[in-house]
Amino acid sequence: MLAPVTDLTSLGVKAIRDGVVSGDFTAREVAEAFNGAVAEASALNAFIVTTPDHALAAAEAIDARRAQGEPLGTMGGVPIGMKDLFATKGVQTTAASHILEGFKPEYESTVSQKLWDAGAGMLGKLNLDQFAMGSSNETSYFGNVSSPWRKAGANAAMSPGGSSGGSSASIAARIAPAATGTDTGGSIRQPAAFAGISGIKPTYGRCSRWGVVAFASSLDQAGPMARSVEDCAIMLEAMAGFDPKDATSLDMPVPNWEASLNADLRGKRIGIPREYRMDGTDAAILESWEQGKAWLRDAGAEIVDIGLPHTKYALPAYYIIAPAEASSNLARYDGVRYGLRDLPERAGLQDMYAATRAAGFGDEVKRRVLIGTYVLSAGFYDAYYTQAQKIRALVARDFEQAWATCDAILAPTTPTASFPLGSLDADPLTMYLNDVFAVPASLAGLPAMSVPAMLNADGLPLGLQIVGKPFDEQGVLDAGLAIQQRAGFEARPERWW
Amino acid sequence: MSVDKATVAKIASLARIAMSDAELERMVPELNGILNWVEQLGEVDVTGVEPMTAVIPNHLRLRDDVVNADPLTGGGKRDAVLANAPAAEHGFFGVPKVIE
Repeated sequence: MLAPVTDLTSLGVKAIRDGVVSGDFTAREVAEAFNGAVAEASALNAFIVTTPDHALAAAEAIDARRAQGEPLGTMGGVPIGMKDLFATKGVQTTAASHILEGFKPEYESTVSQKLWDAGAGMLGKLNLDQFAMGSSNETSYFGNVSSPWRKAGANAAMSPGGSSGGSSASIAARIAPAATGTDTGGSIRQPAAFAGISGIKPTYGRCSRWGVVAFASSLDQAGPMARSVEDCAIMLEAMAGFDPKDATSLDMPVPNWEASLNADLRGKRIGIPREYRMDGTDAAILESWEQGKAWLRDAGAEIVDIGLPHTKYALPAYYIIAPAEASSNLARYDGVRYGLRDLPERAGLQDMYAATRAAGFGDEVKRRVLIGTYVLSAGFYDAYYTQAQKIRALVARDFEQAWATCDAILAPTTPTASFPLGSLDADPLTMYLNDVFAVPASLAGLPAMSVPAMLNADGLPLGLQIVGKPFDEQGVLDAGLAIQQRAGFEARPERWW
Repeated sequence: MSVDKATVAKIASLARIAMSDAELERMVPELNGILNWVEQLGEVDVTGVEPMTAVIPNHLRLRDDVVNADPLTGGGKRDAVLANAPAAEHGFFGVPKVIE
């Protein structure tokens, strides 16, 4: 029996995949429904380019395989959004920067290729903070992304979080069932929390960085964003795996996360880091944290108090390490090999570099490249960069010691709910503080996930974060599932776009 | 430590980003705000702590010493490499004259 087309956009990854397999609807019908929803949602500015033909072609291939009785893949018939940080062959890939405008890669990133191989199709390239530098999706050259959520009774455009803001907005608005994200210091988890969806950053090295526009290579990690823990597990399985083209890729088998999901947490100990109870944290956030503890206890887990003593130093260390790596990675944008070239009259090579980079990079990118250049410059390297790398070692050691007394950690994802676009413009530091709870797990390379918990008094979603041991995505997903089952988060933004 | 306009101009030059006087002026307090905030790292006792270089223990691999071991990243890709160049001429990247 065919479902009405309008209903298909309310389905997630698993429901679409299983529905296509059982013949409840065709992959083409699903792709058409989401293509239509994307076309109607331009007010969100979630996509930089849309690729309806890609989604349709992938869907038709799936329908043809089904007709032949062939297996359809773990993501068969699921159209997804692709963060515009992943190189997609023949499709403009910009990192939301003017300096890459018009760049059409000659190759496909490993992660996107794996998703197409698993049967997924692409709805389009999703907007993000420029070079993934930002926590509000306000640094894109292609304009801000609007969250589909608004405060109850208000009309101000809200931030979808960042840097994966196009991903979070499109999933929350039901114009994509799932999307890729990347997380350097919270860029999957914070936007997931702001938009009332789920997202997981796996252990560093699980997903290949090959073909992902580099920001800070020792931190960058791709992961899925979707509306349920199950959907994240399915999609992460498709994205992860060893890739010889990435020197830091983990040479380990990919576990069957979806099949092993288990929300029974009896025998598990969940750590509550006392240092995460910071001054200025929103009362509603603390309340959701208390609720999260109760849910996990209800699932059979034992709640234990833990210490992560270097927590307050994680964020400033991150703001040395990430800009330092960015200043090095972004040296490649020189106006010679690809992307923008600005060649003033009678300019030499050096002037061309400087003019190209001045014209091509946005303010936040310039700020971080300058900070990175400064902390790596002669005379300051040890005081800033080496010191930050030592503190990174201490942050990682805090977690290692915590694993002696707990199996996973529960914390808020963010210190506040979403805020109106433009409201944190005055001081870059205020924006950076958004990632205070997310950055420690990034510095330690640990798997971490955000799942929706509840709405605050303004009707905005709040997320809870679970951090796990290295390689224990299963433990993170299981705790996330236990919260999901008890939170019963069904809220969705009222359509205004 | 804090930076003045001359220092920011020097950093911008090292980073090959052209900046007007007005941009430099605007950048000085922003960079100082960030640098003053990261100063707090100096208060941490790091005696005997090795700077972290690899976040997850992993060994560095060497690829097989074979020509075009992976055709995707192997040789013979001149046109693909040049396909996105703002100025490609005669099979090379074109740049402004660098010798007088």
